[in-house]
Amino acid sequence: MGMTMTQKILAAHAGLETVVPGQLIEADLDIVLGNDVTTPVAINVFEEIGKQNVFDKSKVVIVPDHFSPNKDIQSATQCRRCRTFAAEKGIENYFELGEMGIEHALLPEKGLVTAGDLVIGADSHTCTYGALGAFSTGVGSTDMAAAMAGGKCWFKVPSAMLFRLHGKLNTYVSGKDLILHIIGKIGVDGALYKSMEFGGDGVASLTMDDRFTIANMAIEAGAKNGIFPVDEKTLEYIGAHSKKPYRVFEADADAVYDEVFDIDLSTIEQTVAFPHLPENTRTVEGLPEIKIDQVVIGSCTNGRIQDLRQAAEILKGRRVKKGVRLIVFPATQAIYLQAINEGLIQTFVEAGAAVSTPTCGPCLGGHMGILAAGERAVATTNRNFVGRMGHPESEVYLASPYVAAASAVLGRIAGTKEVLK
Amino acid sequence: MKVKGTVFKYGDNVDTDVIIPARYLNTSDPKELAAHCMEDIDTGFVSKVKTGDLIVGGKNFGCGSSREHAPIAIQASGVSCVIAESFARIFYRNAVNIGLPIVESPEAARAAAAGDTVSVDFTAGEIVNETKGETYRVPPFPEFMTKIIAAGGLVKALRAEENR
Ligand code: SF4
Repeated sequence: MGMTMTQKILAAHAGLETVVPGQLIEADLDIVLGNDVTTPVAINVFEEIGKQNVFDKSKVVIVPDHFSPNKDIQSATQCRRCRTFAAEKGIENYFELGEMGIEHALLPEKGLVTAGDLVIGADSHTCTYGALGAFSTGVGSTDMAAAMAGGKCWFKVPSAMLFRLHGKLNTYVSGKDLILHIIGKIGVDGALYKSMEFGGDGVASLTMDDRFTIANMAIEAGAKNGIFPVDEKTLEYIGAHSKKPYRVFEADADAVYDEVFDIDLSTIEQTVAFPHLPENTRTVEGLPEIKIDQVVIGSCTNGRIQDLRQAAEILKGRRVKKGVRLIVFPATQAIYLQAINEGLIQTFVEAGAAVSTPTCGPCLGGHMGILAAGERAVATTNRNFVGRMGHPESEVYLASPYVAAASAVLGRIAGTKEVLK
Repeated sequence: MKVKGTVFKYGDNVDTDVIIPARYLNTSDPKELAAHCMEDIDTGFVSKVKTGDLIVGGKNFGCGSSREHAPIAIQASGVSCVIAESFARIFYRNAVNIGLPIVESPEAARAAAAGDTVSVDFTAGEIVNETKGETYRVPPFPEFMTKIIAAGGLVKALRAEENR
């Protein structure tokens, strides 16, 4: 029986010729990741395990991004715990404020993850690196601790769903619209325990930033991972960012999939997910008037340079509607700097936006943009659960940077057509 | 291994943000986390839950973030077991790793109502809804899982193994 791309990566890391869905395997890890929320818990467990050192100082990555810059005394204490642990154990990839970014934008940018890698992270959006042709998945703090100690993790080999993409997205339609469309179609548990594998001639037309956005939200369909084949664009990205050796895995021609979906990219429209689940999707065309209080552009889903360029394209020469608060947070320091050099930050400030240093901040309702009861936000983030961005009675609508920017200008949920006409 | 208690019933897609909202994640103290467990969908949960009670959910229980704080908050509030139609995979892994028993049973989950008395026998693989007088079969916990749950989590189980 042929193997999927995911199954091949898992087999290679478990030292096996073949694996089959449902098989339990123990695999070697290339990267173990944690943030300032999950790492302190993992450190407690690591201490309980009683090992002196981490398995490999170059393979553990710790990024304090959730409540940093420190939101309050308790978060400062949590971040310090990470910092001290990293220093004591000699962890090479600890990224302090000023050199950091949101973890899932940062790791590919720093070249820490490459094609064919097997990565676990104590953060559910670790699945982002599937864009690079790596297997990556979220785990909890206990798994992170055990992995830091031994460099291994057990997995149940997943079956897969194949999404065959064809053609090209229309202008002003992005990877975010595509993944929201898919989640709307299969539901938030549509890919539970499975891999979402992408393929087809349409992949070539997607930028790397689009692929990161799409793989990032695989977890929102319940998937274990999302993964893209490696092509010229992937290799170009890897070449520009990483010196690590990489390995290209391809699904077998006779790989078995639970389901195959054919998607014509030209049919995808600007899409918004309504509260309180990412599966509640509607296309922007013909929506009733939904007034908004806040717009958030950023996060590990849509805080990359392409996202900022797209938002700036809409905001250039326009102003944020009076009474609406627009917050833009570039995902990493490098992206922030590039946005400054390209004049994007000037565009944002002139439009009336608040621009923040890289942080998870508002995305998880942590700080820097919390919603009050009854308030509504359009966000380029990935979750719109009850209370995700603040008060349990607030609402979050998920959208692309284009749609978020257009909505900021009009003060209500709107597509780019309405602004550009 | 057996538990018994009163059911707190919730719907589909109970996510980790409502189990423990991110605004409380600046701590990892189980007691502090338990003090805010489920508060965004059920303000009465914390005051009403008693040691041994059960949470019953629908499909995709525990979806969302990888925060281990979610099963920790549930466990620290005294809940003895979570039954659901299905679980999100990271939550499932985390629950087992910290020693919180969880059982997938669409029949038992759908039939249970808030306030029912339910018992679960993990070794025999049996859920009994005493209020409704119904019994449901589930696969018994495999041995490795029983060991982890009995020891109170993966790490404690590993240590117990080493010290033998
Ligand atoms: S930006 Fe949001 S989704 Fe991404 S890692 Fe941070 S909190 Fe999680």
